[in-house]
Amino acid sequence: MNIHASNVKTDKQKSRIGLAIADGDIHPRPKSSTALFPYLATRWQEHLSTYGLIPRHGYQVGPAYPKGNPDASRRDAYPPGGGAPGSDLDFMRAQLLDSHNIELGILNAITPAPGNAQNPDLAAAMCRALNEWQVAEWTEPEPRLKASIVVPYEDGQAAAKEIEHWAGNPNFVQILLMSRTADPLGQRRYWPIYEAAVRNNLPIGIHAFGYGGYPVTGSGWPSYYIEEMSGHSQCCQALLASIILEGVFEHFPTLKVVLIEAGFAWLPALSWRLDNHIHKLKSELPHLKHTPSEYIKSNIWLTTQPMEEPSRRKHLSDTFDWIGWDRLIFATDYPHWDFDDPSEALPIRLDETKRKALFRENARHVYGV
Amino acid sequence: MPRHVVATVDEIPVGKRKLVTVDDREIVIFNLNGEFYGLLNRCPHQGGKLCDGVLAGIVKSENPGDYDYSRSGEIIRCPWHGWHFDIRTGQSWGDPDRVYTKHYTVSIEAGKTLVEGPYKAETVEVCVDNDYIVIET
Repeated sequence: MNIHASNVKTDKQKSRIGLAIADGDIHPRPKSSTALFPYLATRWQEHLSTYGLIPRHGYQVGPAYPKGNPDASRRDAYPPGGGAPGSDLDFMRAQLLDSHNIELGILNAITPAPGNAQNPDLAAAMCRALNEWQVAEWTEPEPRLKASIVVPYEDGQAAAKEIEHWAGNPNFVQILLMSRTADPLGQRRYWPIYEAAVRNNLPIGIHAFGYGGYPVTGSGWPSYYIEEMSGHSQCCQALLASIILEGVFEHFPTLKVVLIEAGFAWLPALSWRLDNHIHKLKSELPHLKHTPSEYIKSNIWLTTQPMEEPSRRKHLSDTFDWIGWDRLIFATDYPHWDFDDPSEALPIRLDETKRKALFRENARHVYGV
Repeated sequence: MPRHVVATVDEIPVGKRKLVTVDDREIVIFNLNGEFYGLLNRCPHQGGKLCDGVLAGIVKSENPGDYDYSRSGEIIRCPWHGWHFDIRTGQSWGDPDRVYTKHYTVSIEAGKTLVEGPYKAETVEVCVDNDYIVIET
């Protein structure tokens, strides 16, 4: 094809947002299936070559639904030198960090996703390898990028051990979980993760997707990818309710939780509904000293991508008002196909305080950088 | 309207495309079965570059379970969020009245005419023996 363009903006086009920004969701990816081998013991290299990585998913290889584009990626995000989208730091610098004036980019490594691999020892070894790879190949060469600690989260103790291993390392600013887990995330088997997070002053990021083994909806396996895309909001409502109602924020009041790529417009409705029920069912949950909406206001943040797109723009700013302008963190989801462009994705006029909060300061506050 | 010579006809075979820049605007020229069309190289949704998209057709359905696929190769799909645009009109398939990208009138002219005529040929050298793609902006 006679194509000779890629979405690398020239200086002239550069960053119409006119502000150095933070991006709360960037996905780096190993160049090949063996790119993590230098970080894995020979025992696990052989294991992966022989048996592969089996997710908690049953009788299936790969994601449950096809994506909107191959590799779930923008079609212009394939590095010119080869490799998968998100696998080439120089190309990411040009296409994302430089083009959009991103001064702080949070890496969320979700491909591969070993966090709840069925083999628990392999899960732990792969998480360690992914973390070492992020430091060596991403955050040390590129100081604008900060990484999230990938953990074997179905094994709370092992996950806490991984967090302790990296504690105090400035390359990491978050602990990464996926939304699709074996049990609702508020349950006590996961509390060692929250304990380690609070001890080391690291927020917990919970990214939509993952392999829980259950349908994304509360009513079975849907037929279409669009149902999975919108189903993440159901799934994340359930996990958020679990975290609040189990008393996680009572036990760990300083815990920060960032919901990533989960949507956000559902949050006010969930708050209102939980508050309605809590007053009538207080005797079921005597351990809660605050209303659910109070925990949400104090302990929960959300990334914006993929931005909700109501036909009346005002409805979007109403939703931001209800949630609070201090709770939302702009994210692109680069290089994935539902990428939000920071100059385009928010079609409402913001005053300078709100703009800075959304595009930079909220992320700086949560991640402490 | 200014007319610009942007390519020779044989530069863009059937089913292919070429990105050109005219007056600082990026325009992508498509060859649909020998007819040439031009679209602004910018998706009106969030600015994805349409030249990086894949060609597609239209799937229509009167009822669940009944499908009709037509117009294969006449639709360009944005490389980012997958909005579909009719290459002939620039209208989106998802929301044609509200979401559309600018389309340009493209014609083929003989080199002989162009050498004599008042055309701009900033990037293409015109010789009398070739046919050229001319775009109006």
